[in-house]
Formats: sequence, C-alpha cells, structure tokens
Amino acid sequence: MTMLYNEPSPLETRVVSKRFGLPNSASLDTFLATGGFEAFHKAREMKPEQIIEEVKVSALRGRGGAGFPTGLKWSFVPRNSPKPKYIIVNADESEPGTCKDRLLMEYDPHQLIEGILIAALAVDSHAGYIYIRGEYRYLIELMDRAIAEAYAKGYLGKNIAGTGWDFDLYTHSGAGAYECGEETALLDSIEGKRGIPRMKPPFPAVAGAWGCPTLLNNVETFSAVPAIIRDGGKAFADLGTPKNGGTRLVCISGHVNKPGVYELPLGYPMMKAINEVAGGIPHGRKLKAVVPGGSSCPLLRAEECDIAMDYDTLAKAGSMLGSGGMVVMDETTDMVRVALRIMRFYAHESCGWCIPCREGTAWLRKILSRMVEGNGRREDVALLGELSKNMLGRTFCALGDAAAMPTMSIVEKFAEDFEKYLVPEAVLV
Amino acid sequence: MIFSAPLEEKFARMLAQYPPGRQRSAVVPMLIYAQDEVGSITKELIEEVARRCGVTPLQVDEVVGYYSMLHRKPIGKYHVQVCTNISCQLVGGEELYEHAKRKLGIGHREVTRDGRFSLEEVECIGACSWAPAVEINYDFHHQVTAEKLDQLLDNLPDSDHQGAANK
Amino acid sequence: MCLVEVEKTPKLQVGCTLPVAEGMVVRTDSAVVKEARKGTLEFLLTNHPLDCPVCDKGGECELQDMVFRYGAAESRFTERKLHVDEKQWSPVVYFDAPRCILCYRCVRICNEGMGVGALGVSDRGVISEIIPNHYDHLECDECGACIDICPVGALTSGIYRYQTRPWEMNHVGTICTHCADGCRTTLGVRNEKIIRGNNRDRSGINGEFLCIKGRYAFDFAAHPDRLQSPMIRQTGGFEPVSWSKALEVIAGRFQNVKARGGKFGIIGSNHTTNEENFFLAKLARQGLGTQNVDHHRTGDLATFFDALSGRKEALATTGDLYTAKAVLVVGSDLAQQHPLLSYQVRANFRHHNAHIYTVTIGPVREDHQSAGAVRVERGGEVAGAWSLREKLKAETSLVIVFGDAIQGDGLRKLVAFGDSLGIPVKYVCLVDYSNSRGAFDMGVIPRNGGMSREQMLAAADLDVLWVIGANPLKNAALASEDAFVVVQDLFMTETARRADVLLPAASAYEKSGTVTNVCGEVQKLKAAIKVMGAKADLEIFGLIAKEMGLNLGIWLPDRVFEEIRKSVHGYNVPLPVVATGGAAPTAPLNGHVAMLPGAIQSACDTLFTSGSLSRYSNILNSVMEAPGAVYAGEKRAGGQ
Ligand SMILES: Cc1cc2nc3c(=O)[nH]c(=O)nc-3n(C[C@H](O)[C@H](O)[C@H](O)COP(=O)(O)O)c2cc1C
Ligand code: SF4
Ligand code: FES
Repeated sequence: MTMLYNEPSPLETRVVSKRFGLPNSASLDTFLATGGFEAFHKAREMKPEQIIEEVKVSALRGRGGAGFPTGLKWSFVPRNSPKPKYIIVNADESEPGTCKDRLLMEYDPHQLIEGILIAALAVDSHAGYIYIRGEYRYLIELMDRAIAEAYAKGYLGKNIAGTGWDFDLYTHSGAGAYECGEETALLDSIEGKRGIPRMKPPFPAVAGAWGCPTLLNNVETFSAVPAIIRDGGKAFADLGTPKNGGTRLVCISGHVNKPGVYELPLGYPMMKAINEVAGGIPHGRKLKAVVPGGSSCPLLRAEECDIAMDYDTLAKAGSMLGSGGMVVMDETTDMVRVALRIMRFYAHESCGWCIPCREGTAWLRKILSRMVEGNGRREDVALLGELSKNMLGRTFCALGDAAAMPTMSIVEKFAEDFEKYLVPEAVLV
Repeated sequence: MIFSAPLEEKFARMLAQYPPGRQRSAVVPMLIYAQDEVGSITKELIEEVARRCGVTPLQVDEVVGYYSMLHRKPIGKYHVQVCTNISCQLVGGEELYEHAKRKLGIGHREVTRDGRFSLEEVECIGACSWAPAVEINYDFHHQVTAEKLDQLLDNLPDSDHQGAANK
Repeated sequence: MCLVEVEKTPKLQVGCTLPVAEGMVVRTDSAVVKEARKGTLEFLLTNHPLDCPVCDKGGECELQDMVFRYGAAESRFTERKLHVDEKQWSPVVYFDAPRCILCYRCVRICNEGMGVGALGVSDRGVISEIIPNHYDHLECDECGACIDICPVGALTSGIYRYQTRPWEMNHVGTICTHCADGCRTTLGVRNEKIIRGNNRDRSGINGEFLCIKGRYAFDFAAHPDRLQSPMIRQTGGFEPVSWSKALEVIAGRFQNVKARGGKFGIIGSNHTTNEENFFLAKLARQGLGTQNVDHHRTGDLATFFDALSGRKEALATTGDLYTAKAVLVVGSDLAQQHPLLSYQVRANFRHHNAHIYTVTIGPVREDHQSAGAVRVERGGEVAGAWSLREKLKAETSLVIVFGDAIQGDGLRKLVAFGDSLGIPVKYVCLVDYSNSRGAFDMGVIPRNGGMSREQMLAAADLDVLWVIGANPLKNAALASEDAFVVVQDLFMTETARRADVLLPAASAYEKSGTVTNVCGEVQKLKAAIKVMGAKADLEIFGLIAKEMGLNLGIWLPDRVFEEIRKSVHGYNVPLPVVATGGAAPTAPLNGHVAMLPGAIQSACDTLFTSGSLSRYSNILNSVMEAPGAVYAGEKRAGGQ
C-alpha cells in the first residue's frame, strides 16, 4: 500500500483518484493493469471532433480556478494552423488552500500523461510541457521518472503504443511565483521571462507559448479526461449536476477533524462535506466561515454554507468554487487576522504590472497590519471596503480581484470582528 | 562556469527540450538548479546562464528578482520554510514560525552564523490539508508541531553535501 | 489610467489593449470612468513622494496633470511610504525609485526604440524597481530617451537636474549640430545659457528620437575655452584686437594677394550653414577669383550625383527609411555613426517588419533585426552586397545606405548592382557632420581645376590659407611656411594655433540659416543664445567682403537663402515648409557632375564623438567610450 496523506472517506466517488493508495500506484505497470491507456487507444480510433464533443458532453470545467468549460476551450485551438501546437499543463498549484494536483502527480502520473495524450490527439499537438511549481521538486523528479518510464515502454516519443502518433513530454520547473499560475503569465514564465500576464485576445489557444496555439489546462482537468473517454462523457457528466460534470478533488483544510483531499461529485452539499467527509469541527465548536475554493474566493458565513458545491450555485451565492481549496473556520477564528494573512499573500505575489493591484494590495496590507497591531481607526473599515472596490475589475489579470474579493466579503460579513482592533475614540487626540 | 557532470547533462537536455531558438525558456529552471549547486545566484552565475540561453545578463537579472525561490545571497545548508498562509495559520502555522525563529535565532530570510540554517516564512506550499507545513530544502513535512520541528531540525544529517541539493 | 467604459460590457475595459470592434461604443469620460481614474491615481500617489516643489518634472509631470484633472487631491493614505535612496547610473542618468510609477516606458523605449535593452525590472509587486544593465550602472547609448519618456521625475538628467523650473526657460526649436542626420532639438534657454535639450513636441524628422549629442552635448557652446575676441599672432603669442582691426588686416592681405595673382586656399566647414557656404563659395570665386575651395568631404557625393544623374525617386529621405520594405546598410555602423537613421530602420523593422540587410566589417546593431548579415574585409563591400543578391531580388523595393567605403568606381558598381536587382532602389550616400551635404551643394568644392584640401596643404607656394570651422592641421602639416593663415573657429584648435588672424565664430546654436542633412533635407536653424564677442561666419564673410569693397549682395540669412533657392540645383524648396520648421527634400540629380580631386574619408565618429565640438563637450567626455563601435578605430586622419 502506498501511504496516503489522509485516510480516504467512504463517502467519496473515486474517479480520478481511483488509483490512489494502490501498491506502486505511480508505476506504469500498475497503471496498465488498472485500465491505463485504454482511453488513449479508444481516442486514437475517434476523430478529433469526437474527442472534443465527448469532453463537451462530460460538462468538465477547468479545475484550475476559473471553471471554464474544457471541451469548449479545446475547440478554440486552430487544428489546421501550420504552426506547431503545444500542450501545457498548469501544475503551478499555488492558490492557498489547494493541494490536490500534487496527489494526482504523486499517485497517478500516468493518468495525467494519458489525459495529455488524448488532448494532443484532439488538437493535433506533438509536444507538451508540465509547468510544475519549483517547491514541488520531488514531484518534478517523480514526473520525470514517470515520463522516462513511459518513453521506455513506448507510451511517449515516436509511434506511441504502435498507433503511429508521436508526442514528446517534458517538465519545466517554476521558481516561486503565484502569478505564474495565471495562464498567460505562465506562458511568459515558460519562455524564460518574468511572469507578467499578456493581453487577451489573442487567447493562448490561438497564440500561446512561443506565439503558437497552446492548450493549457490544470493537472486535474487533464487527469479527468481518460475517465471521460473511457466511460463516455455522459457517464462523467451524470456524476455531477447539469453543466457541472463529474467529480473533483476537494481539499479540506482548517478547523476540521479529518482534513484531507477527497473526491466528491460536483453539487455535493458543503455541510455534509464538512461534517461527514471531513469529520466535523473539533472541540464541538461552531462553524464561522468557509472559503469555498481557495483564498481568492469571497468567504461564506456559516449560515450561507448550506449549499451545493458546484460552480453555478456558488456563483449565485456570490462566491466561487475556484480551485477546490475549502478552508473551514470555526467560531474562534479572528477574521481580521485572516484578512491580513490573505492580503499579505497577494501583496507578496502581485506581479506589479497593474497599479490597483500593486499599490492596492500593499496599502490594504499596511492598514490591516496597523489594525492588528492595535492602531485601527473606525474609518479604516470602510476604507478597506472602498479600496477593494477600487481594485475590483480594474486589473489585467484576476489577481487584483482575488485580493479584493475576500477582503470585501470579510468587511461586509464580519464587520464585528474589526471592533476589538479599533482604538477607542476617546484616546485619539 | 562548469557545473557537476549530472547537472551539465541536465542542462544539455534542458536546452534541447524547447523549440528551436527558444533556449531562453531554460532560464528559470537553469537558475534554480544551478542555485542548488552554487548556493546562491551570483553575478557570475547570471552571466553564465545568460550566455547559455542566449540572452543578456540583464534579462536574467530581471528574472532573478522576480522569482521568490531565487536567492542572491547564500542560504543555509538547510533552508527551513514555514508556511503561515491561511490553512496553516488556522492550525498554528504562525506560532510554529515564531517557534522556528526562536529556535534558530534568526528571522525571515536570515542565515544562522554557522551557515547551517536559513529561515523563510513562505506562502502556501500546497500542503494545506496537512497543515501546518514546513519544507526543508525540498522535503515536505506535514502537521508539524513545535516539538516535531525541534526533532526535525536536531536530527538533520551533518554530512557535507550541499544542503540545497540534499533531496 | 486608460480604463474606459464600453457599452454592453459590465466591467471597465483596459483601453490601451482593447481591440476595436465594429459598432463598439466607448466612453472615455463618463462619471464611472472618472471615478475609476481617480481611484487609480489615489493608488499611484500612495508611494509617490509629493516632492513636486523640488522635482525637475514639476510643471511638466503627467502625474501632476492627471491628478489635477481627476482630482485625487485628498489623501486617505496615512501609512509610511516606501523609500529607497536615489541612484546615479551614469553621468547623465539618475534614478529616484520612489517617484517611479512603474509604467515601464523607459524599459520599452530602450528595448524597442533604441534596440539597446539597457533597462529592466527587478523584483515584483510594489517593491519592483527599474534596474540598469550592469547591476549598479548603465552601459548604453546614454541617449536619455528614458529620461524624456518618463512621465514623472523618476529618471532625471545629470545635466538638467535641479537647474531650473521648466517655466523659467525659453524653448527654442532648432537643429542639432553634431551629426549629419539633422534631428530637431528644443533647447531650453535661460539667461543666454542652454540648460536642456530635448524634443518636447516630438516634431521634426526625428519624432521622439534624440541621441546623447542632440540631448546633452550642447554644453560645448558654454565652454570656457570659447574664443571671444579676434586675435592677431605676434611674436610672443596671440594679441586680442578689435573686430575692425582684424578685418582690416585680413582684407588688406587678401587684396594684396589677389592683386598679385597669388594662391589662395580656402577650406570651408561641414557644419556652417548653407547660407554661409554659399556666400563663401561666391566670395572665393567672384571676390577672390580662386577655385581653390574645399572642405573635409566625408562621402563621395560627386560620383553619387553623377551615377544617379537624371533619375527620379532615387534619393531616399529620412522618412523612407521608416517605410521602405527593405533596407541594405553597406559599410556603416549606423547606430554609432547615424543614430537617427538607425532608429528609423529599427522602427521600420518593429512596426512594418521591414527586412534589414547589413554588409559591414564587424558586428553592428542592425544585425539583430537582420534578414542577412554579411561580414567583409575593408574593400569587399560591393562583393558582399552581391552575395545578398538573390534575397534582395525577392524584395519589392529597397533603400541602400552606404558609407565612405563606397566611393568612385565602387559607387558606380554599387549602383549597377542596384540596377541589376530589377526592383525600385533608392540610395543614401552617408556623410558626416551637420552640413556636409550643404557644403557640397553650395559649391565649397574644388570645381574647374581648383585645388583639393590635401593639395592646398601640400602646396609650398600657397599665399593664403583661410580655414572656416575646420581643423585640417590636426593630423597634417602646412607645407607653405609663409602662408598667411586666417582661421574662423569656436576654439583654439591645432589649426587655430597656426593662424595669423584668428576670428571667434558663433556656433550653430547662436545663428540662423539652413542646413541640409544626410538625406538632402533642408531645415532651419534658430538662434537660441548669443555668445559675447563671437560672430556668425556669414557676418564675418560679409564684413570681409565689405572691407574689400566687393559687392556680393546682402548677407542676411533669409536673403541669401532666397538666392540659393533661385540658383542652386534642386534647392527650389517650398519656403513655408522650411520656415515653419519642417524638412524639405532637395532634388540635386540633374545632369553630369564633374569628378573632384582629393580624398574622401568618413570621420568615423561614434555616438560619443563629433569632431572638435565633442572635445569641448564635458558631457561627451564624461561617458565611456562607445561600446562596440565597429568603425571607430578606422582611420581618423581626416577627422577635424
Ligand atoms: C493569479 C492567478 C493564479 C492562478 N494560479 C493557478 C494555478 O496555480 N494552477 C492552475 O491550474 N490555475 C491557476 N490559475 C488559473 C489559470 O489562469 C487558468 O485559468 C487555468 O490554469 C486553466 O486551466 P483549467 O481550464 O483546466 O482550469 C490562476 C489564475 C490566476 C488569475
Ligand atoms: S492584477 Fe496584479 S498580478 Fe495581475 S497583472 Fe495586474 S499587477 Fe500583475
Ligand atoms: S496554506 Fe500552508 S500549505 Fe497551503
């Protein structure tokens, strides 16, 4: 048995994580013995449009954060472009609260490789790069070994598995920059530059890496593809809710008894995930707030958490499913400190291109730390909200929004938490 | 500048893996792997990477400043990175970082006098469900408590091989 | 700051990168947009020091203007501002990081505009900072484009900083005197002193471009060694005399030599105005009866005009270099020797994907954009061009720019090569100094059997050597020991030291008139300052003629220009264009041109040199030797 970071839950629906825990799950032999590459062979018999159609039917949406329909994205790549087309896997996994791509690469690297190969068939690509964050050095090495194994056994390189299809796959190390998870900044980064986002259009599908058409998806997105092709898009779609197909890895962290990464169908009730899957809140404390999908999502108050976890429902509730990083906070949580920690992160990670993001995150961080140090003023609370509003929607990439949204939600929903940090009026001279 | 044989081999493969004429793409990976061997990003290293990737030293210098894992000053043999981002914060990450500061007697991005340790308060390292998390060089440690951290730090091998390449 | 409201789009859009679409309705000044801009400005001001009262940019600052317009006047920022100390990156470039708003304009102009790439960005987020290419200092063209384009006072110039408030200066638009490209520069003048050079209104053939010389090297004009009084050589040295005395001595001697049929040698200047050159040629031929007139020729214009004679559309303008489909550079390091032409070619490549070809003796900056770079030995240039023939034949049109390596026969061969391509070809014959073209066109050349410069210096029986704004004795000796030498110059040059009568001349910044640039475009000079004691060469000529009792017409610049327009081939240019500060192309290709005796040598100047003027520019002397100048080491013998 491969040691898992956390006990699986019987409530899970294990599709992309089905091999987690199998002995030698990362080896090609295990992979092949458990249905590996069946989907690739099936895809090889299909027309590219059929593959894309199947992915559309599956209602798979991007697992990287934005939740864009994957099949639709694939259909944007101009198959007939004379330029080479590249596949890029976003394994930058840096959104606070998110730790799932790690497991997919650690326990089932060949599933990812198979997903990439199927995508390559769909868009006529012959080379791919996995952009892995620098901190995951062990995974780069692990992925390199898996790739070498696949090459050795003819599942990568020339004439893959006798199908006449050629494909080369490489890893690429990042070096510590959250912004490089943003797809266009990632492209700059992989070209050897500072990760500054590019203007869109043109979208990466048309002019991406090195100016060529590029298909870029998250690790989990690619990892879900073999199951979709193998069992059909419909079967995958049916696991979730309409327009929100399949399952996803939910990374539950914070104040729960059994934090961990669990594969749950889309539309899964949030409270059930907290109380049953993750074993509830320790010490019998009450729930205070939840970050539903990574630190850039607006927080939900406890009473808003009786909700189905899918993209559309959360969007309606004013938040996002994001990257699947669900952070649970109990009643003892100091939301001002949370706001400060989130803002410190975004201020540290802003690439500095856009004024509102660059200056706004730094300013908000200064206000929040002054408050936490005990020098808050009453007008600061409103100012936090207004400045966040001035950042929102006024930046090139979504990092500015990612910093603004949680702050706005904390100011709005947890105003009472700020009280204790305000200097009593009388003391002010 | 010449690197160790395995690294030279890695660099040769690296330069070949990008489309023709796109060797610039190797800048970031080359820097981080070279840093592991050299200990920090020196001026000499910047110029070497620039030469190998066909860019100006300034273009490499810009990159060095951008990525937070690239260090211009030598880091300790063991680079202790404590995450204090939200998931970790909620379960004691900040306290753990304070503990590490006291234990090592150094602050953020500082190095102990003997060069054995350096400390960094880092952003989320992708271990949120097993928080609080610490990464020492490239090794992850999960659900770390103060006691566990003490043990970890006390039992790191003394052997002479380069800290950062220890993985 | 460029946020705009687009109908049917919920979010404000980034105007500067948003593609236009059919039927799109964009609002740039709605209440929402104004509010957003105000918000952005408030962010910008958080870390920007409000040191406007002492900031060089105060009054010309785009940030000030924006805040004035959108009114983010009330500050809600009560935290500590970031501070970093100011840095000096080079003699001319200072950087004050806190003022920087990280617009990256400087990085882009240096990269895309100059092709130098000396500026970058380090770190990220709010602490990101502009950095120079050599860790703590700059090694670059020192052109100052970064300073000019900086919207705030983050980049300041070593020359101008803390000198004045911008509104205390008069701004005089004139033409740079340093090289043949003829950039327009606006001189900021206060109390008869030039304090600043830039191209603030982006007018003229150079648009936003200026090199270090155009932007900073005006300082020679105020050099303490400027000659300020006429002098006569006595046994013990030079004796200052009055203008009337000096003129009397000169006129007397000239009359005398003329009367006895003696031998004059006149060496004119390649940076005096067209009017001066014209008047000098007239004075020599009609007044003194001599054909011995020449100047330091830096390009073989005689063969050039002869080889192309009768053709239309064969001469390229500065503008053509920006629009041509293809450009072939032969035997010149444009970036060093002709910065504006280099800039044009680069912009053409960047904006129109022009194909650039080079045939040079070493690596040049144009190689970076090159569709074909050929290295040759000196003398192999034409053959080098031939090696590109197949590629060039495939172009739809071409401009060939060539240096002094191409002259005489070689020049005719190059034109034959151009003809063999079967596509329309235009040419630029490169010359140096601000008015080489004018000196040639106005006839400061040894026509009809006159002596060349070299012949004059070598003639043991020369009676008079009259040198105007040139330094022929820098690297050569004067054979005639008894020659009476008259020199008009700004400084005590090697030649001036040999003068019997030395007259202090005004620089191009101190006079009006016209000059013709390397591409044959006529532009107007405007006097910016006056220097006590010095006179414009034209006035000196006029006074000598008057003293000699010659009637050569009125010597006011405008009147002489009228004469030029009437009598010089190809100079019948539209007056309004010139009068309003425009560049009017001349059309000198009409008929056979006689070949001339004498040598033709480029000055092989670099970005940081331009004959003797640069020796007296502290700023040019303070910067490091031009990096990578390919032709700098070439024979400097002809230099002045
Ligand atoms: C600031 C920022 C950081 C991001 N970081 C990541 C990341 O670490 N991993 C990721 O897969 N997507 C990240 N994304 C989302 C990507 O831009 C992109 O939408 C995604 O990788 C596309 O893949 P998908 O469609 O499979 O989700 C980030 C986006 C932003 C704006
Ligand atoms: S929003 Fe922030 S991170 Fe994104 S491009 Fe703008 S400055 Fe960079
Ligand atoms: S928040 Fe610490 S590892 Fe993610």
